[in-house]
Amino acid sequence: MISFLAIVRQTVRLELRAGGGAAVALIFFLAVVTAVPFGVGPDLKLLARIGPAILWVAALLAALLGLDRLFGADREDGSLDLIIVSGEPLALYALGRAVGHWLATGLPIVVAAPILGLLLNLDPPAMGAVALTLLAGSPALTLIGTVGAALTAGLPRGGLLIAILVLPLTVPVLIFGVSATSGALSDPEPFLAPFLFLCACSLAALALAPFVAAAALRLALE
Amino acid sequence: MPSLTSLANPTRFLALSGAILPWAAAAAALLFAIGLVMALVTSPPDYQQGDSVRIMYVHVPSVTLAMGCYTAMAISALGTLVWRHPLADVSAKAAAPLGAAFTFLGLVTGAIWGKPMWGTWWVWDARLTSFLVLLIMYLGLMALWRAFDDPARAGRIAAVLILVGFINIPIIKFSVDWWNTLHQPASILRLGGPSIHSSMLWPLFVMMAAFAALFVWAWLAAMRAEIYRRRVRTAELVAAHPTALEPRTA
Amino acid sequence: MTITEAFPALKLKAQDLACSRGGRFVFSGLSFELASGALMAVTGPNGAGKSSLLRLLAGLLRPTAGDIACEGRREDEPAAHYLGHLDALKPAMTLAETLRFWGAIYQQGRVLTDSDLNEAAESVGLGHAIDLPVGVLSAGQRRRAALARLILSPRPLWLLDEPFAALDSQGESLLRRLMGDHIGRHGLIVAATHQALPIPPDTTLTLSTT
Repeated sequence: MISFLAIVRQTVRLELRAGGGAAVALIFFLAVVTAVPFGVGPDLKLLARIGPAILWVAALLAALLGLDRLFGADREDGSLDLIIVSGEPLALYALGRAVGHWLATGLPIVVAAPILGLLLNLDPPAMGAVALTLLAGSPALTLIGTVGAALTAGLPRGGLLIAILVLPLTVPVLIFGVSATSGALSDPEPFLAPFLFLCACSLAALALAPFVAAAALRLALE
Repeated sequence: MPSLTSLANPTRFLALSGAILPWAAAAAALLFAIGLVMALVTSPPDYQQGDSVRIMYVHVPSVTLAMGCYTAMAISALGTLVWRHPLADVSAKAAAPLGAAFTFLGLVTGAIWGKPMWGTWWVWDARLTSFLVLLIMYLGLMALWRAFDDPARAGRIAAVLILVGFINIPIIKFSVDWWNTLHQPASILRLGGPSIHSSMLWPLFVMMAAFAALFVWAWLAAMRAEIYRRRVRTAELVAAHPTALEPRTA
Repeated sequence: MTITEAFPALKLKAQDLACSRGGRFVFSGLSFELASGALMAVTGPNGAGKSSLLRLLAGLLRPTAGDIACEGRREDEPAAHYLGHLDALKPAMTLAETLRFWGAIYQQGRVLTDSDLNEAAESVGLGHAIDLPVGVLSAGQRRRAALARLILSPRPLWLLDEPFAALDSQGESLLRRLMGDHIGRHGLIVAATHQALPIPPDTTLTLSTT
């Protein structure tokens, strides 16, 4: 447990300090949300309608950012070798990196999403719904991304590859996330069912992703 | 054991597959000859869809093989990770472009069939959408294989992703179905179903068999090509390090 | 911090080891035994497999054939420290944070205190730099920071890959002392090197490319 917390703390520190990805992910999130109205036009009614979906897609893209350094840096500087030799369970290490990455990049996006909702003409219930569904769903995005990061760790240009590998796997999270958000806002559509599916995605990813990532890291080393 | 594991039993596979290849090719040619005549000439047009129903005889086998191919890759991935069989990752790597091709064929024939039926090339129908995601997964896997220098390492890493995808595909399918029913009340004409008449069923069966034979032929040929490619690589390594194949003691 | 008690008796055994990388054999049929309190030098030209042998012993590679056993130690108990070519340091972390992190990773059922960290930094001559980010240290200082991990938690088997490369004369005498102390406490050291070790090894394993 001490070692797990140390890994989480180190990941958060590295993300927040110079050279880390936390600020970049947040700014990228802002940039994507800003870009969409330029594409679809400044119609506030339209923006209010598709706003939650814009925020979700932007959060998905931002979650993919910086994943290539999650294990890639440890592989390049030799830390991963030492972690393995130390006897630390590799799945626990992968989970620690994932939790740290989510705290540094996922959580700020969850907090920023309702504020950026102002730009998209969202009313307060919609802001709350987006924040709530992102809080439930973004761990799944990060954890699935962790698997992609482990698969491509040590590749010179893994970042682009991660996006291709991870995006199809995150389709269910996106679907349930946006469905739950619109379910919370309009009456005929259900809220609870997609929201529970969303939570299930996050929990299943939490249970499986660290082990898959650990297996990929170990297999890539041999 | 001085012989390299990557050369251990592919030799027997090459002999066996070499014997099967011409038979698979002949079977595919024969079945296609029969199946195409049945599908295009002797089978009746649909009372609702007219002659455009005939695209089903290409579409349904493609789609079936697109999914069957991923299952074959998942079994190969287990072979790589659990039994460490040297041919398993060759088999998975050879199957991926075939799976992508059949998925693409399924999407294109679906779109061509959709144009007269729905009046548009593409609808975000649950099946079409799921297959689009499947195509992206095939392409991602192919990109992953290309990214590694060492084929053995690439095989192990790709095997992990294949299995992750195999668990994920039903979830994706389920979520897309959910998404589709939420946004588009089921108004789309569906192909197939149990009510299909036997005059259409038989051509479909023959075409399925023809596609399966084509798949077996292409798969074996691609595996042989991959084995030869690896032999060339090994030969290059040996040329660079002449003693590498001989056991030596310190 | 300074733990001076001796390690229990251990025997490192390798039997008929073979290692292949990228489809070709690096070495094969390699056997040796090493008992507590002994230093083994692994020598040979570049590409002979010195680094691969150390990575096999560290569990970072799987042998193509053969067995490695560490007698006198429970199977699941990690026994080794590995010092590779890379320093495994994060430029943005301070030395204190780095040592505290690795102390937690290598934890022996206790949490390291500030004085433990200070002592570890002092013993590699970096006491003054403990609050500096690792990124500002020189190459020689970074190498010494990597050495501090060896003494952060006691482990009987040290696997050192070219340990004297990139060390200044001060660092060299430091490492010589650390290795001497470790052998004195019945530790085992396997050191891969392409030059003569400053300490006479008990055995030498020579790998060759022919």
